[in-house]
Amino acid sequence: MAGVRRRLVTVVPLFGLGTAAVLLLAPTVGSTPISLRRVFDPALPWADNVDAQIFFVARLPRVLAGALVGSTLAAAGVVLQALLRNPLATPFTLGVSAGAALGAMLAIAGSLDVGALGVSSVPLASFAGAVVGTALVYALATSRRKGLSTNVLLLAGVTLNSLFSALITFVQYLVDFSDWFRTARWLLGNLDVSSYGPLVAALPLLGSAFAAFAVLPRALNLLSLGEDVAAGRGVDVARAQRLAFLSASLATGAAVSLAGPIGFIGIVVPHLVRLIVGSDHRIVLPCSLLFGAAFLVLCDLVARTVMAPVELPVGVVTALVGGPFFLWLLVRKT
Amino acid sequence: MTRRSLLALAAAAVAWLELAAASWPAPAAAQAPARIVSLVPALTEMLFAIGAGRQVVGVSSYDTYPPEVERLPRVGALIDPDVERILSLKPDLVVIYGSQTDLRTQLARAAIPVFEYRHGGLPHVTGTVRALGVRTGHAAEADELADRIDARLAAVRARVAGRERPRTLLVFGRERGALRGIYASGGTGFLHDMLEAAGGVNVFADIALEAVQVSTEQILARRPDVILEMRSTDIPEGAELEREIRAWAPLASVPAVQRGRIRIIAGSGVTVPGPRVVDGVERMAAVLHP
Repeated sequence: MAGVRRRLVTVVPLFGLGTAAVLLLAPTVGSTPISLRRVFDPALPWADNVDAQIFFVARLPRVLAGALVGSTLAAAGVVLQALLRNPLATPFTLGVSAGAALGAMLAIAGSLDVGALGVSSVPLASFAGAVVGTALVYALATSRRKGLSTNVLLLAGVTLNSLFSALITFVQYLVDFSDWFRTARWLLGNLDVSSYGPLVAALPLLGSAFAAFAVLPRALNLLSLGEDVAAGRGVDVARAQRLAFLSASLATGAAVSLAGPIGFIGIVVPHLVRLIVGSDHRIVLPCSLLFGAAFLVLCDLVARTVMAPVELPVGVVTALVGGPFFLWLLVRKT
Repeated sequence: MTRRSLLALAAAAVAWLELAAASWPAPAAAQAPARIVSLVPALTEMLFAIGAGRQVVGVSSYDTYPPEVERLPRVGALIDPDVERILSLKPDLVVIYGSQTDLRTQLARAAIPVFEYRHGGLPHVTGTVRALGVRTGHAAEADELADRIDARLAAVRARVAGRERPRTLLVFGRERGALRGIYASGGTGFLHDMLEAAGGVNVFADIALEAVQVSTEQILARRPDVILEMRSTDIPEGAELEREIRAWAPLASVPAVQRGRIRIIAGSGVTVPGPRVVDGVERMAAVLHP
């Protein structure tokens, strides 16, 4: 116990420092050189200060979106892998993100126009899709017994995932060619949110999910040993499972509606962090959250600069960087 | 000679020529097709505009213009051509897109001639009109139409010649009410050519792509004087139009935003590289050089 506390105050701040460094560096780098002195020069009027606008309108919301989405997907990955006791689980396993994607597809295909709270129609519809997906999976997993059946959760989630994916393909098949291009591009992820509205709108939900993540680690440690062990050690299994599933799912829904289903973070980051810090969720969860933020912000930095002025889809970078790096670590360690 | 005997002689000559033509093994492609299926909306428009509309017996599922296409059978489109339906229409010419290689192979097996097309620059539009004219037996009408388009383009170029050419961002796709998923014209293709003909300079001319997904950072960095949005579907009107233009307001340092030079050019044909392309150029020129 004391060991964990010691590592909490040594390892986690180290990850925190690294992430803070990335978050400070990222908005200063981009496809256009800018002068930081001009950015923060109060004498220059806002409307004429191109450097400040590039910094505050184009880059900062984008970096913050990357941090929010990256930390959410990584943490949700940790929670779901423990809940399902399956190392291959990702935030996209249980049909929630496919539901979010379907919502976005329908909004693009139907030219939906229902913006609210500084959020445009595509992210709104996407989040609605995530809620529907979460509700369906939850209803199925709790239908046959009092608590949550993780087997049914996994099977129902995977099946709904396929079902939603088929519907996405169907919608894409029906739309106009130019809309088809936009739907396909949405599925590769994009963090260029260009305003703070969507981030602020997502904050209350992500904040509550992160609060849930803060109380979950002990239960997750015991749940990953099995439900009976956890129950024997005084964990309210049904309640912990419900909290884990709902917080991870809704946070994933919010993240996907912000930036599209950016792959690989939810699986690469948790495993990478476990390789570094071990498997105690009290350490793994906060470190994954921090590392996920830094990882996605860095990947997006590559995406927006490496082929400038043209951008790479950020989902391509997370896969290209994350996949081989993860494999290398795996081979090196064993 | 009397007028009647002249006519008789002419008729005999024609009959002999037809007989001669029939006895020569002329390539199938040389005869004017009577049943055309078009899978490319821009070329369907051309066919109707050069007087070959009555030969068209089937169109793609995306065809909406001219209104006559509404009653024609649909045979799929670029990615999903319905070969069975195409064959059942017994075409003697199928207009296909250059990337439809499977369809081309299948049609070749059925010995059905094709007219292959790929999008190109602005000169390619009139070039295609003329080629279609020759291929469908309407060469004279096609030349006339192409000349008319070229003359109107030349008139626009003459009108804007010597004027200062505003640096323009040409957008053809964007998420509603937000600066997300912005697609702009790069330095190739007919949209870029249209902008240049209308007296504008494309701010993304250095990118050798037809379509670029651009970031807000790039738009801020390139500082366009004018933002032109081309919309062929979901066209905003009234209050919605104002809201769509206001969506650009966060980019306050962009000259186009500062001076309110943001225009939406809307209409079903504005992004189709067909005969109506010149309407789009004239409308662009009217915005860039009022």
